[in-house]
Amino acid sequence: MAQAKLTEQLDSVEEFEREPVPESKIKSWKSFLGMYAGEHTAGTEFVIGPLFVAHGASASDIIWGLLIGNMLAVLSWAFLTGPIAVKERVTLYYLLEKISGKKLTTVYNLVNALMFCFLAGSMIAVSATAVGIPFGLAMPTLNDWLPNSIGWIVAVVAVGAVTTIVAMFGYNLVSKFANIAAPWMILVFLASAIAVLPELGVHSLSDFWARANDTIWTGTPLEGQSQFTFWHIMFFAWFANMAMHIGMADLSILRYAKKWYYGFNSGAGMFVGHYMAWMASGILYALFLKETSFSTEFAPGPVAYRAAGIAGALTVIIAGWTTANPTIYRAGLALQAIRPEWKTWKVTLVVGLITTLASIFPALVMKLLNFVALYGLILMPMGAVIIMDEYIIPKLKLSQKYAETFNKSFNLAAAVAWGVTLLFSIWLNLTFGVEVFFLGLPGWFVAAALYIVTSYFVQKNKIKGGIK
Amino acid sequence: MRPLLKIISLIGLLVTIIPSFLVFTGVITLDNNKLLMVLGTILWFSTAPFWMNKKV
Repeated sequence: MAQAKLTEQLDSVEEFEREPVPESKIKSWKSFLGMYAGEHTAGTEFVIGPLFVAHGASASDIIWGLLIGNMLAVLSWAFLTGPIAVKERVTLYYLLEKISGKKLTTVYNLVNALMFCFLAGSMIAVSATAVGIPFGLAMPTLNDWLPNSIGWIVAVVAVGAVTTIVAMFGYNLVSKFANIAAPWMILVFLASAIAVLPELGVHSLSDFWARANDTIWTGTPLEGQSQFTFWHIMFFAWFANMAMHIGMADLSILRYAKKWYYGFNSGAGMFVGHYMAWMASGILYALFLKETSFSTEFAPGPVAYRAAGIAGALTVIIAGWTTANPTIYRAGLALQAIRPEWKTWKVTLVVGLITTLASIFPALVMKLLNFVALYGLILMPMGAVIIMDEYIIPKLKLSQKYAETFNKSFNLAAAVAWGVTLLFSIWLNLTFGVEVFFLGLPGWFVAAALYIVTSYFVQKNKIKGGIK
Repeated sequence: MRPLLKIISLIGLLVTIIPSFLVFTGVITLDNNKLLMVLGTILWFSTAPFWMNKKV
């Protein structure tokens, strides 16, 4: 009886995968504020802030790089993602199917889902470092790629299981959970950093800038870590969520928005999560380095516990959940777009299992900056395709939504834009040594140009506005 | 009941953040701050779910 009721409840999770979100389901701006603030004040913030310290970013790199990069990210959400989301009101995957065709979208969705699984996996791994504290779990180090103990595997599997079960109940539960946790979590980040400042030599506001430069963000990377500059920080902040804004994955979220400018609500996530929280976690890590004589152990849980006790450890766990949940949800949507008849909760369960498996490997945490930049880069070209299809293709008197209009299952123009852009990025990286953080910007223009030119050749023999 | 819950939630948040400033100014110790943060956490999570996300 109970099992039947639970299955019925799970089956009733309706996320409008293949239809526009109805008026009755539109969410208020507050819902997005909580969602963005919660999602971007996450477990991974406990990794990214410290990795900036490990990579030798200077204090001014952090202050200015994060300010400009995050502003560019908010503008990308507001002016690129928001308008298309409220106009179309469908998921990225469904829109892409109309443009690129079923076959190409299937490939894209598989890649996308896998990327989201890895990302959620890193968040689960971060949470596990806090779960393991009472059990004296041996924590991974900056150089670990493989799990270093059975205890580590048990901890990530436990966190992964709980996260998956919550995600199986859909967007509403995820949104509510994030809303409740967000204000508290944000304050714990802030409080833990303020409380340890005296131990870093900051006893008044006037001390902060000097200690920021000589003790926290010293400008000198740890042994074995590459040197970061202002440009690394700025581009990382802008493109950390490139898949979501420029890459259009957040069409799936912002399609619930009443107005396009709800995209500005991403500012709550950027300036709280990707500014304050990255700085706060960097401060906590600087204290850890000072106290351990630059130990290579890299575990956000114990670092937060040292500064804020049980509340700090809980924050790491909950912060991991609130990000892993929507990420698993997004991955589920990507897979479900391939086979719409699959039940949302069953797809989410499969995604959760893959995510948990990925989270076993600490490499996801230690190389998080590179992975985040790479996943944005891989998914970005399709965002360029959508933008061009929406705004430029009609001006050239070509047909929008090629696959839907001409009843095609494969759009060569989108495939060329995606594939050649990635080859171009690899070429830039291998030939000129351009780091992954900087490939997104030239890549976007290449993808946009390729889609327009190839669309012209693909469509030139077809009658505009033909088959509907 | 609802206004009371909101007040307790607000106190929970204040108890989470304010003691950190007291540590910074040397009024209380870091260990006391950690205890107060746990108290703030309990106050928040035991009251906020009953009024957040609920329609008036």
